[in-house]
Amino acid sequence: MVSRMSHVSVYVLDQGSAYDFYVKKLGFQVRTDAPMGPKMRWLTVSPPDQPDLEITLLPIVEGMIFTKETAEQMRKLVKSGTFGFGVFECKDIYATYEELKAKGVEFSKAPKKEFYGIEALFKDDSGNWFSLGQKK
Amino acid sequence: MNEELYPKVYLYRRIVQSKLFIDANFSENIDLDCISEQASFSKFHFIRIFKKIYGKAPHKYLSYVRLEKAKELLKEDISVTEVCFAVGFDSLSSFTGLFKRSVGQTPLAYQLQQHHLKAETARAPLKFIPNCYAGRKNKSK
Repeated sequence: MVSRMSHVSVYVLDQGSAYDFYVKKLGFQVRTDAPMGPKMRWLTVSPPDQPDLEITLLPIVEGMIFTKETAEQMRKLVKSGTFGFGVFECKDIYATYEELKAKGVEFSKAPKKEFYGIEALFKDDSGNWFSLGQKK
Repeated sequence: MNEELYPKVYLYRRIVQSKLFIDANFSENIDLDCISEQASFSKFHFIRIFKKIYGKAPHKYLSYVRLEKAKELLKEDISVTEVCFAVGFDSLSSFTGLFKRSVGQTPLAYQLQQHHLKAETARAPLKFIPNCYAGRKNKSK
């Protein structure tokens, strides 16, 4: 029986820039930062209240996962905002929205009351988008 | 983006401003007076709203930020005393006491543990990577 999820991957264009976004802007905590060769490192972060879920910030580079062609295709797709990777929750969406906006995070939807709760949408530095939610 | 203003937007902006003030100035000698000034509220009103939004009173949040920064600095080759003053504490004993209560170990014990972890990560990085990725990494060599 599958009991829990420990790691989830988000493909990023540049790990250094992704580190700044997820750690310095979103306030996530680094779980693992291990060297994996000249073009990549194993970099995982977690939301502060959820240390047992590691979000792996995987670079889109030729080698371990991608060929040269698929890496190029993937980079284009990520940049163009094709992928929505999930939903982050927060205790107070208005305060979180104002704080992230002040830090330069790009929102495509300001907090809005929906039938399922209050929701906003933002993009990371690569182009991946996420929903930001506050439950009713 | 068509931005609709939500209720109490100006109140939120002022509280967030004071939180960002703490984030940027935690290493300085700041107190509740300078923090509440940022929000232009009376001290009592400010503490109440800040706590409602962030779940901690402003001075507790300031201590939290200082301790988080201390944890980060202790991973480097910086002495415990230097870290204590670099993050804004003015007494080594209050820093050590607060750190131990929050983290469960002294700053020095935490630093030694983190240095060991860092050395081990550099020595054998595949130990810290889930099996499937570590396997792929080995194959792609």
